[in-house]
Formats: sequence, C-alpha cells, structure tokens
Amino acid sequence: MRKLKKFAALSLVGMLAASAFVGCGKKTTNNSGSSEGSGDVAGLTDGGKVLNIYVWNDEFINRMVDHYPGYVKVDDLHGKIGDVDVVFTQVANQDNAYQDNLDNTFNANGENQKNAKSADEKVDIFLAEIDYITKYVNSPWSAPISEYGVTDADLAKQYEYTKQAATDSNGVLKGVSWQACSAAMIYRSDIAEKVFGSSEPDKVQEQVKDWDTFAKAADTLKAAGYQAMASANDSFRVFSNNVTTKWVDDEGVLNIDANIEKWAKLSKEMVDKGQCKTFDLWSNEWNDGMKTSSNVFAYFGPAWLINFCMHASEDGYAAKDGLWKITEGPQSFFWGGTWILGAAGGDNKTLVKDIILKMTTDDAVMEGITRKDSDFVNNTAVNDKLAADANYKNAILGGQNPTQLFVNGLTKIDLSNITAYDQGCNEKFQAAMKDWFDGNYKSYEEALADFHKKIGDKYSDITIK
Amino acid sequence: MAQKNTSAIPKATKHANARVVRYNKWGYIFLIPFFATFLVFTLYPLVSTVYYSFTDYKKTIFGTMNDPKVVGLENYKYIFQDGRIWKYAGNTMIMWVMGFIPQILVSLLLAQWFSDTRLGLKGSTFFKTVIYMPNLIMAAAFAMLFFALFSTKGPINAMLMKFGWIEKEIEFLQYKWATRSLVAAMNFLMWFGNTTILLMAGIMGIDGSLYEAAEVDGANSWQRFTKITLPLLKPILVYVMITSLIGGIQMFDVPKILTKDGHPADSATTLIMWLNNFVESKHYGRGGALSVVLFVFTGVLSLVVYFVMYRKKGKGAS
Amino acid sequence: MSSQDHEIKKSASVKARRIIAYVVLTLLSILCLFWFYLLIVYATHSHGEVTGDFLALPGKYLGDNWKAINGGSEDILRGLRNSFIVSGANALVCVYFSTMTAYAIHVYDFKGKKFAFTFILMIMMIPTQVTILGFLGLIGKMGLTENFLPLILPAIASPVTFYYLKQYMESALPLALIEAARIDGSGELRTFNTIALPLMKPAIAVQAIFSFVGAWNNYFVPSHVLIKKDQLKTIPILIAQLRSKDFKSFNMASIYLFIALSIFPVIIVYLALSKNIVGGTALGAVKG
Repeated sequence: MRKLKKFAALSLVGMLAASAFVGCGKKTTNNSGSSEGSGDVAGLTDGGKVLNIYVWNDEFINRMVDHYPGYVKVDDLHGKIGDVDVVFTQVANQDNAYQDNLDNTFNANGENQKNAKSADEKVDIFLAEIDYITKYVNSPWSAPISEYGVTDADLAKQYEYTKQAATDSNGVLKGVSWQACSAAMIYRSDIAEKVFGSSEPDKVQEQVKDWDTFAKAADTLKAAGYQAMASANDSFRVFSNNVTTKWVDDEGVLNIDANIEKWAKLSKEMVDKGQCKTFDLWSNEWNDGMKTSSNVFAYFGPAWLINFCMHASEDGYAAKDGLWKITEGPQSFFWGGTWILGAAGGDNKTLVKDIILKMTTDDAVMEGITRKDSDFVNNTAVNDKLAADANYKNAILGGQNPTQLFVNGLTKIDLSNITAYDQGCNEKFQAAMKDWFDGNYKSYEEALADFHKKIGDKYSDITIK
Repeated sequence: MAQKNTSAIPKATKHANARVVRYNKWGYIFLIPFFATFLVFTLYPLVSTVYYSFTDYKKTIFGTMNDPKVVGLENYKYIFQDGRIWKYAGNTMIMWVMGFIPQILVSLLLAQWFSDTRLGLKGSTFFKTVIYMPNLIMAAAFAMLFFALFSTKGPINAMLMKFGWIEKEIEFLQYKWATRSLVAAMNFLMWFGNTTILLMAGIMGIDGSLYEAAEVDGANSWQRFTKITLPLLKPILVYVMITSLIGGIQMFDVPKILTKDGHPADSATTLIMWLNNFVESKHYGRGGALSVVLFVFTGVLSLVVYFVMYRKKGKGAS
Repeated sequence: MSSQDHEIKKSASVKARRIIAYVVLTLLSILCLFWFYLLIVYATHSHGEVTGDFLALPGKYLGDNWKAINGGSEDILRGLRNSFIVSGANALVCVYFSTMTAYAIHVYDFKGKKFAFTFILMIMMIPTQVTILGFLGLIGKMGLTENFLPLILPAIASPVTFYYLKQYMESALPLALIEAARIDGSGELRTFNTIALPLMKPAIAVQAIFSFVGAWNNYFVPSHVLIKKDQLKTIPILIAQLRSKDFKSFNMASIYLFIALSIFPVIIVYLALSKNIVGGTALGAVKG
C-alpha cells in the first residue's frame, strides 16, 4: 500500500505538472494576442534547424514520405522539409526499448528540454501507442495540442475515442491520430468458400458470431485441414479489449478479468486440438500464415494490419492475390493506433502544427492515405464518403469495401478500462500462457503463478494477491 | 610447468641494498593506476551495490529514479520469497553441467592424445587451431547464429527434412530440454578447445620418467592415464572446474540471445538474466540484493581457486 | 619371442588408437566448422531462400544482404567502427597498465608488496555483473553514460592480464638490466617505457589480442552503458537488437551476414596468430 501511495502521488505530480501547462496553454489560445505569448509554458519555439521525430517503426516515416507536401526523402531515417532537416529516431517497441529511450531522452533534456545538449537534439514530435499513451499524455513531456494553435474546430472530424485516449486526466488534449483502429476478423475467402460454402461476409459472420460458434467453426475448419488462426495470440486483443475490469484496479491490486481467463482457456483447447499454434505475433512463423499456400483461415486486426503487415506487394502472399475478406467476428474490438504527440520544449512549433493539421485533419491527405495505404483514417467526412463510394475497393480484400464495417466498430470502443500497466500485463500474461499452451506448464494455475512473478519484477508498485 | 615464480622476491631482496631502496617508492607509484581504477570502477560500485540492496532505490514510471530509502532486508526477502532464485540457480547449474561434463571428458581425451608422442598425431596444430577457434567467437553472435539455424524455418530443420529424418519442422526452442541442450552445446563448443590446451600444458609438465618407469612395470596406457596423469593433473582439473563454474554462474549472453527471456517456461533463465531484468527495469534495490548474493557465492569459489592454484606453490601441477 | 609379440601387439594397439584419435578429431573439427560453413552459405542467399529448402552451396545475394545491413539503426559499419574503437583502446590501456602493475611487483621491493600481489590474485574472479548497478550509478553521476570511457578505463585494472605478464616478466626481464639502466641515469618511468616494454613485446602482443577479443565480444556491460544512441552501439548490442526486431525488418539472410561480419574479424586475426594465442592460453592460466 505504501508503495502504491507513492505511485499515486507521483502520478498526481505528473498530472498537476501537465495541468499547470494546460491552464496557460488554453489561455493563450482563447485570448490570442495575450501578452504572455503562446507556447511559453510548454516552451514551444520556432527556428529549429532539425525536426526530431521519435518512432518505433517506419509506418509514420512512410506516411510523411508519401503524403506530407514538400517532404524530400534523403534516406530511410532522414529527410528535408524546406530548410529543416527531418531526423527520425527509430527504436523498436520490444522490451520497452522505445519508451526507455524516450524517458531517458526527456529526463536528460530536463524541463521543456532546456538542458538538451544542443537545439538540434530537442525532440519535436514523438509517437505513442494506445498501450502507453496514458503515461505520456500525463507526463510534462507532451505539449497540449492547443499550444500549437490547433483548435477544436480543426479536429472536429476526428472520432471522439481518438481524442479521449489522448486526453490527460485534466481534460487537456495532447495527442492526435490520423487513423482509427476499430478491428475485425480478416479471413481467407477461398477457404471460407470451401469449408462454409460461401465467402460472403454476412454468411461467414454467422459461423463466427460468438466464441462458442467460433469454436465450432474451428472444429469444422480443422476437419477440413485448416487452422482457424495462426497463433493463439491472434485473438488476445479481441478478448482484452472487451474486458469489464482493469488489469490493475484503483486500489493497485492486480486483477485477471473474466474475459482474459476465457481467452486462455479457449486458446488452450484450440492449441491442443491443433487449431492454432503459439507463435509470437510478428515472428517469421506467424508471418508465414499469411502466405497463399498456408492453411490459416483468419487473422484479427484493424486496417493497419491489412495494409501494413500482410505483404500486399509480395509474391506468394494471399494479400497480393486478393484472397482476404473481412467481417466483424466473435467480438468487435480495436487494436493499437498511433498518436502524434508534440514534445514540450520543441523548437519547430509552426512546422509541427502544420504536420498535425496536414497529417491528421486534411481531407485530401486523409483520403490519399486511405486510397494509397488502405488505412482507415480518423476523419468522419472521408469515411462517410468512401463508405458510400461503390467504386472504392480494397484490393487486398478482393474488392470488398471495409469502411462501413470499421465505422460501425468505432461505436463499440470502450476506453474506460485502460491503465498504465496494460502493455506489461498483456505481454507477460501472453508469454506465461504460451508456456501452458505448449505444455511446459501443467496447468493454468501454474502459468498464472509464473505471470504473477514476472509482473512483480516489472511493476514493483502493484499488489499481487 | 615447474616455474620459479617465487624467485622474484628473494632475488629482489638480494639486491635490496641502500641504492635500490631509493627507487622502491616507484613500486607504489606504478601501482597507483591499478588500484585507483580498482577503487573507482570496482570497489566503489561494489559498495554502492551493497548499499542499494538495503534500499528501495528504483525507477518511477516516468523513468526518473526515486530517492533511495533504507528498507532493511525487504529486497532480500523479495528475491528469496518464491523460490525463484533456486530455480534460476538450478537452470544455470543444469546448463553448466550439461556442457561441462562432455567438455572435461573430451578435453582430457584430446589432451592425452595430443601429448602422447608415441601416438605421433599428424596435423595436431591444425586440429588445435580448429577446436580452439570457437572460444574466440562473440557469444552473442554465436547464440544468434544458433537461434537462426535452429528456428522453425531454419537450415537445421530444412536439412533434417531433406534427409527425410523428420516429417514436420521441430520447434526446438519450444522444448525445455532442447533449449537447455542447445545452450549446453554452445558452451561445450566454445570451451572444450580452451580446456584441451590447458590440460595439455598440465600433462606436458608431468615428469616423463614417471611414464617410463610405469612402462617398465608393465602398465598399459589406461593404467598410465588413471594412475599417473589424472592424480598429477588434479590441481589443474580443479582449477578448470572452478573457473568454469564461476564462468557458468555468469552465464548470460548465450541463453539471453538464444531465448530472449528464458523461455520455455523459464527453463533457460539464468541468475544473471534475472539480474539483467532488474538492471533494465532499474530496480536497483532488488538487483542489488541479487548481486550481493552472487558476489558472496563467486567470492567463496574464487577463494577456493586461490588456495588450490596460487598457494600450493611447488606442489601438484606447478 | 614374447617380447617381440608384445611389441607387435603394442604397435597394433597404437595404430588402432591412432585411427580412433583421427576419427574423433575429424568429427570434432567438423562439429566446430559446420556452423561457420552454414553461416557463410546462408549469408549469401536471399530471405526467401534461407527460410526454404536446405542450402549447401553459396548463393548470389551477398551484395543485396550487404546493402540491407547498411544504414538504419543496426548499421554494420558503424557498429564495427564502434566495437573497434572500444576494443582497441581497451587493449591498449589494458596491456600498458597491466605491464606497469606487473613491473611494480616484479622490480621493486616495498612494504605491502606481498599483500598487493595476494590482493590482486584474490579479486581476479569478481564478476563485472555483480557490480553493474553500482557501476551504472557511478557513471551516471560522472556523466559518462552513452560514452566509451566506462568501457575502456576499467581495463587498467585487469588482474588476469597482470598475472600473465608478471609470470612472463620473471623469465624475460632480468633485474640486472634495470640496474644497468639506472647506472646510465635513466629515470624509472623511462626505464619502464624504453627497456621493460620492448622486452615484454611478445607477451604484450598476446595479451593485447586477448583483451581486444574480450572487449569485442563483451555484451553485458556495454548493453547497459550504451542504451540510447545508435551512433555509439557496439556489435553485440546490435545483435541483441536484431534478435528482438519486428518481422518486417527481420530479413534472415542479412542477419546471417551480420553475424558473419561480427565474428570474422576476430577469426582472421586468430588464424594469423593462432600459434601465439593457443600458446598464450596455456601459459596465462596454468603457470603457477
């Protein structure tokens, strides 16, 4: 408990610090022309020669290269916008490396990055995922979006949940996203045709409308020589996004939600029956399930999984052959999403503002992203237009237009059970359960005990009962 | 091997007339770099690690360190509370033993062969060069290589399938004992050449007349090996075993890179991998407690090495 | 007659043992070399090929794989350069100061000398891992994180190198020579630099190689000192990074090449100097 209080106090300090910035930030936008000058509190200035952007993969880099007007690519991690050099610092997400790097950088750079070794090392933009965005919007390191001079009206077409996720505990918006990440079940139309007699999304949906039905469908698929999923981890997000309790409750006690336990038990059955394997997501083996020659029936994911991870341009992959289709699946869920956060103390205020506006609010850019990258963008106008457009076809999905499906999914997104511990809990839980699935632990309880130990190592401030 | 390494002292004493004493302060001066470095980079860190082990010094969620507060034995309780330290110690020992037993047996055999003039092996320089080579390879790179070679779609599976020995790929790293065996095999490969060279030096140091006498008495090669070579080699064998054990306790690079986090089921997690987790999550208190335990353990073993090797001058192998 | 019999039997048994020895040695050599052969073969194929059927012969994608490991956060050339700087500097300070320490014990006679010698032998086995937390705390205070110095300076105090050089000094550095230098009016430091060091050259060379290789292969400490800046990371850290990569950038073929390039510099040095290295191993550890 003592430790918990300390943590609570600390978080509070962070929030207070954030709210302090916000109070002033709001003032400056509301009374523009105030003598205080905008950006004084988050210390945003202009005139930086280097625009530093921290990312964990090349998704946003490619978005900038392809869609930001005037971006000139120098190499994979470098570019130019006018006279400003753009430098991407890419650190992989795994093992918390990306966050550790951000934390180290910001701690070293000090308040509003005043202690940065040189102006060229000041972070201007950093990206955050849903799993840990709460931590960063509540840190003093992120600048309120309003301080860049971006108004609520600018963001009017963005979905509410994308703003909710990036709002700190004082109601201040500190991040924006170009994508919305409602997700669904992506299945192989050719396999559906053979096994279920139809590849139509409505017909397939009947076969997988809830988990019991899905389990039966997995049996049918198995009998026909197919695997329902590549890995047990594929469905984890579907369950974990439909929880009714938090990983760590308000008392700081670790808690396993019933839906999480259900995932573990269903997955164990499926693994034992040979209906899925236990690969890590992103592993080579997992990836091979996306090949045309593979016998994997479905993946679960949002639009970015389809366009970013399914190898649409590589020979031998089902995506290139347009063999996928999409339907809601047993439970609707969302997965991930990348937010753009402005760093307090950044020295390219105007440029960052323009990137926020162009890359997350500009209708033309948004539509371009949908059409070129098949992403599902965070823009109601563009999505409504595309949902109604009979000519808009997703080639990976064999011509299906998934827009309406994603729009519908958005209504069910519930962010109320997100905590700062989610990423660690999700990772360690899946790792521990994998050992049960593989038979290296004898029982669910044994795997759970392992999870408890590992999570205790990771988060010393939570209570494990 | 008979080396008169104590001779330096009497010799120096002999010369210790007034003229030399004048220079002897330089002995202290020349020792300054070593001891200053030791104080700053080993002793001070060691003392502060011990201090950390009694505090709650750790990283907050925003990546800064809290102010350490003394919490008594709290951290020691944590690392001993659920028996994990024994599990990880057990993993470490199992993998070490699995590598060390073949290592010492093969090395003894090879050392015996290489130093047996009657056998007159040709190309022994070539063989020595080859078997010693893996010792110089970066453990991290070697483990990464094995990870790639033994992955599901890797060459080993492809080869086994090509020869028709297996029908489906084996996921080697899903199995406890396969994973441990791979770690042990890598340790064996990396160290048996080195050990062979050490034992060979020991065997060469044995007085040849002993063998001649034994032969006159009609002893065969096995008897000569067990009755002469082994007993006289004992100090070196103990040295090899204990230094290898100390190295074993430090086992990290190979299992870490091969398994990433000790999977499956924590069966390849070593003590240092656990320590590494605390260093990464910056829990200096718990990591400190584990460090202290490891230090005491290796300290005791080091003393054994010291007494076996450096105190028994003029006896055994020397 | 019986003695002749005995001789024949004996030579037959020697022959049999010789054959067994050759067979075992050949098998062990294959066991040692097989992995490196696979490494070379697989580093020259494409990603598709290396995850497919077994390959026994080199392919023609070496150039492509080389391009794939240039640039990005795991830039091979930058990693090699960093590793080279750290290991080279490490080897230099290690042998210079270890020789100096050995010289102090060997040449001079002073109070506490025996204790100093005993002490160095006793701390020989302290693993760097157990002091890592205090070490990181210290270099944090000194402002030396993300810096090569914490990986180089500690090499000044290398008990194992010291011990080896001390042993060698006994046979290679007659005290009379130092006396003679003194009579000629040479200062102590100069005597050390101009007389002792050159005489120790063979031993120093062997130890320089050992400490170079040790630093080259070191993963644990550097991975905690160089965590932030890709520009400074050494090869083992990059390998660990590759191990945790997303599949998108997980081009297996280029990883084989990366591994090959991280071990071949050492292998080449080894093959050139293997006689000294293999000899040095025995001398360093067993003498006593």
